[in-house]
Amino acid sequence: MEEGKILSNAVEESGAAYAVIHEKFGEAISAFDDNATMPFFEVQDTALWTDIALFMRDHPKLKFNYMACLSGVDYLEEGKLGIVVNLESLGVFSHRIAVKVKCPRDGGSIPSVAGVWHTANWHEREAYDMLGMPFDGHPDMRRILCPDDWEGWPLRKDYRVQESYHGIKVPY
Amino acid sequence: MIHSALPQFSMPLLMGNSLNAWSDALAGFSPAGLPVGLLIIAAIPLVFIALYALTYGVYGERKISAFMQDRLGPMEVGKWGILQTLADILKLLQKEDIVPTSADKFLFVIGPGVLFVGSFLAFAVLPFSPAFIGANLNVGLFFAIGIVSLEVVGILAAGWGSNNKWSLYGAVRSVAQIVSYEIPAAIALLCGAMMAGTLDMQQITIQQSGPLGFAHFFLFQSPIAWLPFLIYFIASLAEVNRAPFDIPEAESELVAGYFTEYSGMKFAVIFLAEYGSMFMVSAIISIVFLGGWNSPLPNIGPLALNDMTTGPVWGAFWIISKGFFFIFIQMWLRWTLPRLRVDQLMYLCWKVLTPFAFVSFVLTAIWEIYVP
Amino acid sequence: MAGQGSLRLSRKSDDVVVLEKDLSTEQMVLSMGPQHPSTHGVLRLECLTDGEIITEAEPYLGYLHRCFEKHCEHVDYPAIVPYTDRMDYLAGINSEMAYCVAVEKLLDVEIPRRVEFIRVIVSELNRIASHLVAIGTYAIDLGAFTPFLFCFRDREHILNMLEWATGARMLYNYIWVGGLAYDVPAGFNERVLEFVNYFRPKALELQQLLTENEIFVKRTKGVGIMPADVAINYGWSGPMLRGSGVQWDLRRNDPYSIYPELDFAVPVPDGKLSVVGDCLSRHLVRALEIEESLKIIEQCIDKMPGTEGFNPRAAVPKRVRPKAGEVYGRAENPRGELGFYIQSDGKSTSPLRCKARSSCFVNLSAMKDLSRGQLIPDLVAIIGSLDIVLGEVDR
Repeated sequence: MEEGKILSNAVEESGAAYAVIHEKFGEAISAFDDNATMPFFEVQDTALWTDIALFMRDHPKLKFNYMACLSGVDYLEEGKLGIVVNLESLGVFSHRIAVKVKCPRDGGSIPSVAGVWHTANWHEREAYDMLGMPFDGHPDMRRILCPDDWEGWPLRKDYRVQESYHGIKVPY
Repeated sequence: MIHSALPQFSMPLLMGNSLNAWSDALAGFSPAGLPVGLLIIAAIPLVFIALYALTYGVYGERKISAFMQDRLGPMEVGKWGILQTLADILKLLQKEDIVPTSADKFLFVIGPGVLFVGSFLAFAVLPFSPAFIGANLNVGLFFAIGIVSLEVVGILAAGWGSNNKWSLYGAVRSVAQIVSYEIPAAIALLCGAMMAGTLDMQQITIQQSGPLGFAHFFLFQSPIAWLPFLIYFIASLAEVNRAPFDIPEAESELVAGYFTEYSGMKFAVIFLAEYGSMFMVSAIISIVFLGGWNSPLPNIGPLALNDMTTGPVWGAFWIISKGFFFIFIQMWLRWTLPRLRVDQLMYLCWKVLTPFAFVSFVLTAIWEIYVP
Repeated sequence: MAGQGSLRLSRKSDDVVVLEKDLSTEQMVLSMGPQHPSTHGVLRLECLTDGEIITEAEPYLGYLHRCFEKHCEHVDYPAIVPYTDRMDYLAGINSEMAYCVAVEKLLDVEIPRRVEFIRVIVSELNRIASHLVAIGTYAIDLGAFTPFLFCFRDREHILNMLEWATGARMLYNYIWVGGLAYDVPAGFNERVLEFVNYFRPKALELQQLLTENEIFVKRTKGVGIMPADVAINYGWSGPMLRGSGVQWDLRRNDPYSIYPELDFAVPVPDGKLSVVGDCLSRHLVRALEIEESLKIIEQCIDKMPGTEGFNPRAAVPKRVRPKAGEVYGRAENPRGELGFYIQSDGKSTSPLRCKARSSCFVNLSAMKDLSRGQLIPDLVAIIGSLDIVLGEVDR
């Protein structure tokens, strides 16, 4: 119906935005996944993520000035942790796109984009709190929702809750 | 002009009709050398405050706020909840009297006491009726202005002694506020004193009596008197920490200000002191500008309303009603207005009220000299 | 800086340079919350204060963290709906709406038209209720008690209607994936219209009592100004973003449900009464939105299809098992953009990952910058104007 039409327009627009980014960064980013619900691309060269973010925010044809959401995700089968960032251009263009950035499960880290979008500051802290990958260059890398001395990363798929916390039995 | 003749009081009750007759007689009453009479004099205002704080202060404030906010207020204890305050007092009496371990115990305990004494002492010079005044000082008004400042000491002791940051904020704010607002308040009262030519509270009241009732009140004697009247009313709100100047106890900012740590009877005493000083400033404003215990009703030809409503008991009735009227306005303002910010409060005091108080002081002086 | 007080040169005009001696002494750490009357729940702010001035305020969260996202990975899609109620407990229906919009996008189901209308009516009612709480508690933060009780009196009517329709006062579980729990009761529309007519003059009265109050304006005007570009960069949304002058409303700009068919304005401050971006602007936006919500409700009741052959659960899937994929669905909540990022593996009946993008969480993240150099009373005014619900911040 009409709803579907709007959606496909949206995918087309994100595709056009992707083309601009691809032109600049080439192989550093993956092919465009033009699914109808959430079109996205993946950053292959994780180290370039901050540069890509800045480019996406400031390029006159992109102007992704609004970060809607940053979700940390655990890709257990791939052995990776990642973030999914939903970006859009508020008030300038109508395109929106999602970006995925991944890092190894053990000892990996992701560059921070807190300096690009302020929204990322707390969201990255939350992702760190829940999944345990640090964000390089983040101004204030602490846990945010869990206590500072909590053990483990709750949203990892293989998370086992600790037995007791300051003498309080945790699993009840 | 000062020694205007005493009006002929009608005598509704068999009592002495000379000025201060009751209080003089009581003061002299000392069987077996004990000053029982003086104690009774001291006890009368105390009982009055307690009763008033119970009935009108707390219950009235609740019911008035409920009326303004489209709700019922206390309804459960007794008919229309009239016993609610009594139940609250019983609850407060039973409560544990907590003194925080890290508090300065001496200051913490003495704070509410000083506060209460400060607000209570001024009642000594309030003329409750033509025949009753606790202490008929010839500098009564000066005494009243001065003794209110004692409250500052109590508040500071309570706030500092609590050893709580919020209390300290409340106390410091309160001291800054009360000390600042005393200046316009005192100057405004001075205008009234200038019109009367005396600082004696009883004499100020007598100057405002006459057969025309309210027309003799200072407020209606000169158009300039409205200015100090308004200035004193606004400043008195700040002096007793009522809204919109309740920043020392601003519950949304400082939790409860200087009495954050208090509980039980100490808390009740602070509350009593607050309601006591509310009545006190209301009584002072009615004495200085609205004729104190004088009846506002005029004699209209053969209908001598003024004479009918004058006398020792009527006098007490009038001053208490006038006081209650101003307390009602204080409550009305409290439930209507938001709170000012600290700097706005100081701006209002130093840049608006104080200059206008000086202006009204000069204008009153000119009026008193050149207008007969 | 601390200790003796510092000397400072400041230039008053081109040729006048003033040497100022600072009286600043040691700074005091003031812990505001988690039990404090004006932190709207269990927010804790650790403030560094110099007298009444706050030099730094660091928010601490997590006191109400209830592991929403972990729970989601263990329950079915429909069973997540009650959890969303408990996030923003002042606007439960709007949270359900956002979640269902997201899941339905993934499922690609056709929703009956009457269901959409009912959804919009109840969510707009809930929006009004939520804004009333926001305005009322804001009045309390600034020391005005009566507007708060006026707001709660009228909110009570809304809660009664919602209780009648859904069976619960605050935690509804009314909007289901693909439909509704029940149709609205007979006579519901008439009662809603009655409320709308009753409420219009009351909203005006509230406006006169609070918004036109000189002291209220003095306390909020020019306080906590957030420029539009910074607000966007912070990811602000909803009344907060509109308070900064950005006309952005997801009901308009990323339409869902039947909002494209409805006629309503997206109010932004015009800068006449307030400074654009300050606390007063945010308050004004909320006050004006109440009026718009009333308009939406009236239109919905006017256009709503009848009950013939209507089953509120007709499109509700027996078992919600979306195809593999991801979606970021969102809706305009009273507090801003509430989004759900949902990842489905196509096999399980519970999501692989469900992340709630909470508007309060994002709005609150600007607190540190907004509070720098403010007075304590202004800090309270700013927190109040952010209108946070800690249930949604901590999830």
